[in-house]
Amino acid sequence: MMRFMLIAMANKNSEEGCAPTPELMAAIGKLSEDMTKSGTLLEMGGLAPTSKGARLRLSGGKVTVTDGPFAEAKEVIGGYAIVQVESKAEAIELSRRFLQVHADILGPSYQMESEVRQFFNPADVGAEMAIR
Amino acid sequence: MTATDTHRAIDAVWRIESAKLIAGIARIVGDVGVAEDLAQDALVAALERWPTSGIPDNPGAWLMATAKHRAIDVLRRGTRLERKHQELAVELEAHQEASAPDLDAAIDDHVGDDLLRLIFMACHPVLSTEARVALTLRLLGGLTTEEIARAFLVPEPTVAQRIVRAKRTLSEAHVPFEVPRGPELAERLSSVLGVIYLIFNEGYSATAGEDWVRPALCEDALRLARIVAELMPSDAEVHGLVALLEIQASRLRARVGPSGEPVLLLDQDRGRWDQLLIRRGLVALERAETLGGGLGPYTLQAAIAACHARARTAGETDWTRIAGLYGALAQLTPSPVVELNRAVAIAMAFGPAAGLELVDTLISEPSLKTYHLLPSVRGDLLAKLGRSDEARAEFERAASLTRNARERELLLARAAACETGASPVKPG
Repeated sequence: MMRFMLIAMANKNSEEGCAPTPELMAAIGKLSEDMTKSGTLLEMGGLAPTSKGARLRLSGGKVTVTDGPFAEAKEVIGGYAIVQVESKAEAIELSRRFLQVHADILGPSYQMESEVRQFFNPADVGAEMAIR
Repeated sequence: MTATDTHRAIDAVWRIESAKLIAGIARIVGDVGVAEDLAQDALVAALERWPTSGIPDNPGAWLMATAKHRAIDVLRRGTRLERKHQELAVELEAHQEASAPDLDAAIDDHVGDDLLRLIFMACHPVLSTEARVALTLRLLGGLTTEEIARAFLVPEPTVAQRIVRAKRTLSEAHVPFEVPRGPELAERLSSVLGVIYLIFNEGYSATAGEDWVRPALCEDALRLARIVAELMPSDAEVHGLVALLEIQASRLRARVGPSGEPVLLLDQDRGRWDQLLIRRGLVALERAETLGGGLGPYTLQAAIAACHARARTAGETDWTRIAGLYGALAQLTPSPVVELNRAVAIAMAFGPAAGLELVDTLISEPSLKTYHLLPSVRGDLLAKLGRSDEARAEFERAASLTRNARERELLLARAAACETGASPVKPG
């Protein structure tokens, strides 16, 4: 099996610190419950707006620190879930459901982005040891 | 989406939904074999439809609705099933005519119960252990026959046969599709946990073959354990099993050296332990301990595993506590293997001589006659006491008893180390 991080990118809503509606909270809760019950969800978390964070940059051998908020919210992580699945397609399907829930509750005009990223060195010992 | 992408996506949906699907249909038709066929039919329908129509927003519900309709058809025809199922069909139809969404809701509500029923059925004592393992991996784990065959190093037709026969046995024995109640529950649950533990162990230290570990099997077992724990949240031992498996699995990466050789617990690079799994394991252990009712065997083993997980270095291991936990385990489930482990802990806590004393009482134990770990442990203790010749003989004996090639190499290497006198004498 493989381990993936499903990343929900931040957007205007999350950056402004808007709490999700109770309906959305409930739907996401149901989704994560399903993933927990199927033994796939290992860990999940939501991140506070970038106004509460900072960005560090290394350049010319020097580290500079800039406090949030950051201008490009789309390139910022809003939340994540770590899942253990059989394939990238399965990780994509789980992420798709997460986005679908937003469309179902918030309507077709709602926009958000998500990334599916595979972990290096999952619990697999190595390619030569994995049997499938 | 390309055709390949769609097929991959359908595979993924199947992986996610198949157990729920089979379970839901099994409740309607009362037979897991028929349920699996109907679920497969729904999958075939999806494979035909979705490449052109696109994947529905709620693919799980689509598959369930399709399979359900076929189930009702089967029941209507009534050719393959008995009358009571026809009655069920009438009941179902009445439901459906009343209001279709209600039926969907009813099926949704039942998902957890159905899965649990399916697990109990797959691990039913009427089946042989091998059949339970195969059926559980197939129906709950979503593994193909080929995958199961590869995992257990048996020919595919053997596994296929095993599964067919298991389904027939369940059908002929009229095993009801239900969660056992009362005093039967504890016994049946222990069969379920036993099957999961067996699958894990086969992956954790393969009894045969070239590879020392097969992580995929461990992960399948771990996932099954997590599923059962969510379905039976108030049972302490289920959480104990989850804790044990999470913590054991956290070491998978560290358990194998660069050329596939086993690395023993105390020699492992703890930086390679999977801290996410350890954290999950410790949480599960706490849940088991909080639920109370006396620690069961899985919880005790998890507590032992947690002692190792908490130690930042091998030297920091609380061996006295581990010896005590093995003592408790020995009282609960007395077995020579547990005694052997207790001896190791005692040797670590109080010195090799104390450990050897206990090991020597086990030599005449008939059940350990061909158990390679007895001479392996004895060899280790003898080496620590500087009795190299005896140690070498024990390692050689252990090597001749193991069926795992990697482990044999390790044991022969240890025997050779005795010969050159390279094995250092160190206390504790």
